[in-house]
Amino acid sequence: MSEAAAMTRDSGRESGGAPAADRPLVEARHVVKHFDLGGHFLQRERPTVKALNDVSITIRRGEAFCLVGESGCGKSTLARVVMGLLDPTDGEIRFDGTRIDALGHRARKPFHRRMQMIFQNPYASLNPRRTVQQTLEEPVRFHFPKLSDAEVKAKVEQVMVSVGNDPGWGNRYPHEFSGGQRQRISIARALMVDPDFVVADEPISALDVSIQAQVLNVMMDTRERLDLTYLFITHDLSVVRHFGSRVGVMYLGTLCELADTKTLFETPRHPYTRILLSAIPRVTTEEMQPPGLPGEVPSAMNLPSGCVFHDRCPLANARCSAEVPKPQSQADGTLVACHAVEEGRG
Amino acid sequence: MALLDVRDLVVEFPTRHGTLTALSGISFSVDKGERVGIVGESGAGKSVAAFAILNLLSRPGRIAGGSITFEGQDLTQLSTQRMRAVRGNRISMIFQDPMMTLNPVLTIGTQMIETLKAHRDISEAEARRIAITRLGEVKIPSPEKRLDSYPHELSGGMRQRVVIAIALLTEPALIIADEPTTALDVTIQAEIMSLMLALCKSHGVGLILITHDLAVVSQVTQRVVVLYAGRVVESGETGRVVHNPVHPYTRGLLAALPGEAPPGARLTQIRGTMPSLNAIPEGCPFHPRCDYVQDRCRQAEPALDSLDGHLVRCVRAHELMAGQAA
Ligand SMILES: Nc1ncnc2c1ncn2[C@@H]1O[C@H](COP(=O)(O)OP(=O)(O)OP(=O)(O)O)[C@@H](O)[C@H]1O
Ligand SMILES: Nc1ncnc2c1ncn2[C@@H]1O[C@H](COP(=O)(O)OP(=O)(O)OP(=O)(O)O)[C@@H](O)[C@H]1O
Ligand code: SF4
Ligand SMILES: [Mg+2]
Ligand SMILES: [Mg+2]
Repeated sequence: MSEAAAMTRDSGRESGGAPAADRPLVEARHVVKHFDLGGHFLQRERPTVKALNDVSITIRRGEAFCLVGESGCGKSTLARVVMGLLDPTDGEIRFDGTRIDALGHRARKPFHRRMQMIFQNPYASLNPRRTVQQTLEEPVRFHFPKLSDAEVKAKVEQVMVSVGNDPGWGNRYPHEFSGGQRQRISIARALMVDPDFVVADEPISALDVSIQAQVLNVMMDTRERLDLTYLFITHDLSVVRHFGSRVGVMYLGTLCELADTKTLFETPRHPYTRILLSAIPRVTTEEMQPPGLPGEVPSAMNLPSGCVFHDRCPLANARCSAEVPKPQSQADGTLVACHAVEEGRG
Repeated sequence: MALLDVRDLVVEFPTRHGTLTALSGISFSVDKGERVGIVGESGAGKSVAAFAILNLLSRPGRIAGGSITFEGQDLTQLSTQRMRAVRGNRISMIFQDPMMTLNPVLTIGTQMIETLKAHRDISEAEARRIAITRLGEVKIPSPEKRLDSYPHELSGGMRQRVVIAIALLTEPALIIADEPTTALDVTIQAEIMSLMLALCKSHGVGLILITHDLAVVSQVTQRVVVLYAGRVVESGETGRVVHNPVHPYTRGLLAALPGEAPPGARLTQIRGTMPSLNAIPEGCPFHPRCDYVQDRCRQAEPALDSLDGHLVRCVRAHELMAGQAA
């Protein structure tokens, strides 16, 4: 590791008291996020999108935590709240022991460095008018103003090599690269400032399978080599199975289940998780079957009473439409929010 | 006789820097009621093939050779007007983005009824009745009420189902679906693909499913065509192609699927990328990326060989098929 990198890693550890290896790196506690939509100001009730409703997750150091769930269930919103790009309506976010959602702009700066994000679209997320070198140098100069030009350049080269990119790409522009190469440049940009935590929101959905494999390999390498912690959002469950250490399954702004990847795929418990896993397409000549999910996704503006899944759930009973199930810890540590599972009806 | 027979189709894009050949003589056919998949990486020419069939190539694209015979007539020879009668009537198209089909300022009902009246001589009431039946078939709840909805009032999955309902309105013989579920999550994907499968079967409609998702192709289609750099490199019965792929490119695509590797292991990747159209390598266009490459692969482009019905464009096809290539 370069001197600069070593230096910044140490200073990163200071905030939030003594380093505790077993303390979670990221915690979202009882997060609520509502979006108020326009509406007329005289209207008594303005429409509100209830995007997150009391969601708690903890992300351990060095893990690849995956978030999955139906489109619109709040995955990106949770990621953006964790990153500080959105303020939670209620609840709190902790990073390495420090509550960060209420910090002022200056106090947040070190956390901005330690938490980085990679976006879905490798075409839109790089500035087309800047060379790769300029794009990669900028965050280093911002967060490490004391580094000399030579040190900055050395750092760019080191990171580019570490993600398998040719450092000679520096004076070229984004349009000269393929989707996979651009996404690897985005990863390099996120890693430039020695983050501890990287949020990747659908980082490979726009790419071909062969290129997806390249990008996933780079992410797996960096996780091990640089001791990174990932929050990975995807709708591709075979990627989750391959890459994830633990998985949070969301439905309509609620966490239904949180389990080790292996446990989740072997013994899914929440009825929604089971339906979700059974819908994964496989290479087989068995014909595609309907997912066994009746009705439509309800609107986040008008949440169902009780369990948000009750009107589509094969196991729902009267209690499910009246009472919100709380996440309950199972014998193996899995969290499941379902009355049927609690009552042993699952 | 095949419903659709594409023979030696060549599509070119003349540009300032010379002519780009997006399809270099591809052939495939679809029988009545048959479901055929077209797969390949980005830039392989999948969408260009679909647009060429419908005579919807974006400028300056043009069909420079070959024929497209549909229900006995060569579509490449039809007048614009006669082609319009085929398109959206005998052949329907479903795009990745439902908003390519739906008009945001018209209700679902208006769009469906207008489509029907444009292609058939029927009354408003009759058109309305058919529209309701079709919406019901794609499992839209209370279809009578949904006729008055605007596209933005529906979820992404519902919009794509409405597009399928519209595609079925004119009782086409062939539906071409270009990445119809790529933007959707797996439960909605399963809902939509199983629905398309069922409707193709019950209405005897042929389907061309374009996607880069080999798993979806394996669960929906009966035959599959693998495109690489504007050429067919492998085609055959879907089960055979996905379980016993012969061409190194098809093998690479299947091996790169995360489901194929043990969790946490490095994924197999095909090295390099699809060449751009102005830099197609000499010989076998796949040779710079191929794990089985030999000197002769660099000399001449291999022909499409038939190994009892399974077509493969690779000089080592026989060895690979027999499992003898190292
Ligand atoms: N800025 C916003 N204003 C209003 N509503 C919003 C806003 N951002 C998100 N939403 C709504 O919040 C809900 C959750 O959206 P979010 O983007 O987090 O879903 P997601 O799980 O990431 O979905 P996808 O898989 O489609 O990306 C949706 O109903 C969405 O329409
Ligand atoms: N209007 C155009 N002008 C020039 N080249 C074009 C044009 N349209 C397509 N091409 C080229 O034709 C080739 C095939 O494109 P096509 O859109 O068919 O790819 P595809 O297989 O559908 O890929 P994807 O999976 O990304 O949709 C590409 O190299 C593309 O750049
Ligand atoms: S012809 Fe040669 S280079 Fe091309 S796929 Fe076959 S073995 Fe590979
Ligand atoms: Mg999202
Ligand atoms: Mg395409």
